[in-house]
Amino acid sequence: MGTTQFLFWFLSIIAIFSAIMVVVSKNPVHSVLWLIIVFFTISGHYILLNAQFLAIVNLIVYAGAIMVLFLFVIMLMNLNADTEPQKNKWLKMAGVIGGGALLLVLVAALKDADLKNQLAETGEGDIGLIRNLGIALFNDYVVPFEISSILFLSAMVGAVVIGKRE
Amino acid sequence: MSKFVYLVPLFPLIGFLINGLFRKKLSKSLTGVIGCGAILASFVVSLLIFLEARAPGFEPVIISLFDFIHTGTIDIAFAFQVDQLSVLFLLIITGVGFLIHVYSTSYMHEETGEHFARYFSYLNLFVFSMLLLVLGANYVILFIGWEGVGLCSYLLIGYWFKNIDYGYAARKAFVMNRIGDLGFLIALFWMLSQFGSVNFGEVFAKAPGTSVGVLTGITLLLFVGATGKSAQIPLYTWLPDAMAGPTPVSALIHAATMVTAGIYMIARSNILYTLAPVTQSVVAITGLATAILAATIALKQNDIKKVLAYSTVSQLGYMFLGLGVGAYTGAVFHVMTHAFFKALLFLGAGSVIHALHNEQDIRKMGGLKKYLPITHITFLLACLAIAGIPPFSGFFSKDEILAAAYAKNPLYYVIGVAGAMMTAFYMFRLYASAFLGNFRGAKEQEHHLHESPAAITIPLIILAIGAVAGGFLGIPEVMARDSHWLERFLAPVFSDSTKLATAHTTPASTEWMLMGVSVFLALVASVYAWTRFSKKPDLAEPHGLGKVLQNKWYVDELYDGLIVKPLNAFAKFLNNVVEKSIIDWMVNGVGKAVQYGSRQVRLLQSGQVGAYVLMMVVGMVILFLVQLLRK
Amino acid sequence: MGRLGGAAFMPINYYIFLAIALFCIGVAGVLTRRNAIIIFMCVELMLNAVNLLLVAFSKMHHLALKATNPNAGIDGQLFVFFIMVVAAAEVSVGLAIIAMLYRNTHSVDVNFLNRLKH
Repeated sequence: MGTTQFLFWFLSIIAIFSAIMVVVSKNPVHSVLWLIIVFFTISGHYILLNAQFLAIVNLIVYAGAIMVLFLFVIMLMNLNADTEPQKNKWLKMAGVIGGGALLLVLVAALKDADLKNQLAETGEGDIGLIRNLGIALFNDYVVPFEISSILFLSAMVGAVVIGKRE
Repeated sequence: MSKFVYLVPLFPLIGFLINGLFRKKLSKSLTGVIGCGAILASFVVSLLIFLEARAPGFEPVIISLFDFIHTGTIDIAFAFQVDQLSVLFLLIITGVGFLIHVYSTSYMHEETGEHFARYFSYLNLFVFSMLLLVLGANYVILFIGWEGVGLCSYLLIGYWFKNIDYGYAARKAFVMNRIGDLGFLIALFWMLSQFGSVNFGEVFAKAPGTSVGVLTGITLLLFVGATGKSAQIPLYTWLPDAMAGPTPVSALIHAATMVTAGIYMIARSNILYTLAPVTQSVVAITGLATAILAATIALKQNDIKKVLAYSTVSQLGYMFLGLGVGAYTGAVFHVMTHAFFKALLFLGAGSVIHALHNEQDIRKMGGLKKYLPITHITFLLACLAIAGIPPFSGFFSKDEILAAAYAKNPLYYVIGVAGAMMTAFYMFRLYASAFLGNFRGAKEQEHHLHESPAAITIPLIILAIGAVAGGFLGIPEVMARDSHWLERFLAPVFSDSTKLATAHTTPASTEWMLMGVSVFLALVASVYAWTRFSKKPDLAEPHGLGKVLQNKWYVDELYDGLIVKPLNAFAKFLNNVVEKSIIDWMVNGVGKAVQYGSRQVRLLQSGQVGAYVLMMVVGMVILFLVQLLRK
Repeated sequence: MGRLGGAAFMPINYYIFLAIALFCIGVAGVLTRRNAIIIFMCVELMLNAVNLLLVAFSKMHHLALKATNPNAGIDGQLFVFFIMVVAAAEVSVGLAIIAMLYRNTHSVDVNFLNRLKH
């Protein structure tokens, strides 16, 4: 098995395990931590695919900012394992079965997809470099870029308005 | 002039509209002028057309006004046919109609302005419908008029609508008419499918080539319609009840015109009937049976109008007998003379009723001879005419029918003469009870007895002239050669039938004998009735057969038990069981099911977000599955 | 940064299955948990699965169309960039709402929101 393959399987197994732990953990703080590990593994995948910019952004934005925000809120509400509300056993079963059914269907749908294409990793990966991404972003996608700044503005305003104490 | 024939029905139509729409605003005299004037104008036009039709070599004219029904292969035009038969009927309808309109202005003068106008508008509408009936160039226009007169009959019988019994009588007339109309309609449709057309010309041209079975069916169904309209067995019971309407209405509709619609229709379709001998026998036997049955009932009736009503049914039976034995001219002749003397009888009865302030029971009359001279004389002349005593009109027309009946089957003649004897008897019983002897009413009534005004007596006089002299239009062969003017006039209409019919030539001596026998028997019956009832009025309560006769052979009760009660029970059943339990249950059930279903579905909206998301995921899975499996 | 090692190839199917697995775990998490915050985190998990798949596809297209267009497949990665933008905005607003919810009901139980029933 080549390095790439080995790395792929390693990262994948950790990702899936951590994801399951996110869902299963009783303590919300644990869930957050497991999620952070998932993000790390996904960033590892990005690097494997030579999407370097995205890997770093993923870490900084997701693991760094968003998860920290989650932690803040959890800490603010003082949630721990005892205060965790318990769901009806049947609904839990239904949920799991629902998710499993979705998995099966999607796999069945896609397994025969005529994608014998393989993809390149590492070496051939100019498009993942920040320079190329930047050029493409500011040449072709400059309008969405500007609009996303407005999006942030509105999110900020919204968050403040919603969070205001009456 | 015949191209202006559309004016004839147009004038009464205008009269109907004006009197009907402005009934609250017109004065009574103006209403009377408009009503009578319309009919007078129609009479004048009819007269002019008649003069044109009298010229030898006159060909029937068809004037088409507009396309009535025009679909696919069916082409029915709103067209009028001017030929000898329709012209004759035009004269009868507008002439007698005009006299009755004039009579009504005096008879109905007690009504308020609005109702007075309503009466005249209905009367004009009736004349309009009747004119449509006789002028129509195809069976559909005939049927429109047919329906119209049925409607007007209902409106006029129930004219005094505040009395519920009159309303029931009107309803009875209408329903029985309708039953006949069903037969007529089926015949109409059959004709359409068989001949592809309902125009008289085309149907009569194609008739000889059609199978006898089909023709028998069509003619029988048409005859069913005629039994309803012209009050023959089994649909005659409405006519006596129709006497609930004002007397001029009884005179016009139920004596002179509407009830003759059936005769007209069969006379018009004479070729069809000649080609279907089975139906002819049915017509003759039904007519004869009705004539006898009605005559027996009239023997014991005490209401002056009821006697006349049953007399009408009986005389109509004679007319159908005439049609059934192929004496088409004779039947039409009898229609004409009957219009004169029956209208006269009714109008005279109206004069009597008016003088006695609405008394109609003959047991309470008597001795009116000296108080109502003109009414008395005219009534007597009419009785002589209807009894068939020469030289009055009834003798000539009735004799022609009886002679033809003898030629077909001597038994018809025998029964017919028996009926004629009864006719003479009950008519003179009526005359004697009303006009002879001593007055049997209340003293106060006696003081108020006086002859009716001119508007009433002048029509009586004119009709009396017709009843006396009308017979001379149809002098039979045996009396004077080639003097039967009516037969010559109507010959083109019945020519096809006369060609086909087996010529029965009875020797002249037999005819004289037939005439003599019938006249003699009629005289005997008349004199007997005259003498018996002038001395001693028929006041006793009848028993046995007399009671049965007075109760009209209990036919009404029979119909009630046999038809009306089961129908009502059936309707009640349908209402309670089918309507309430089944249909309502189903309709309400739909509502209940929807409510139940929505209540169940509502439970889905639990408010639990988790449940909603679950449903979303399940939906997605299903969608994917469907796509997957479709490949 | 330059290249990390030589070129190697992975069949795209593996990435597809991995992404599906992560996505479905996220779905199961949304359905199973009652804590609003955990549910939110599972949504983020799903978003990430999608991101991964997008990047994998972008590389696949790049490989296929490299000859004609050196920048083939770059759209996938840009799209991921924007997804992250939106996710960030969405998280901030969402957490503000959850904070509000906690302040009013002193619980983050999703079942408390059954006011939608009316």
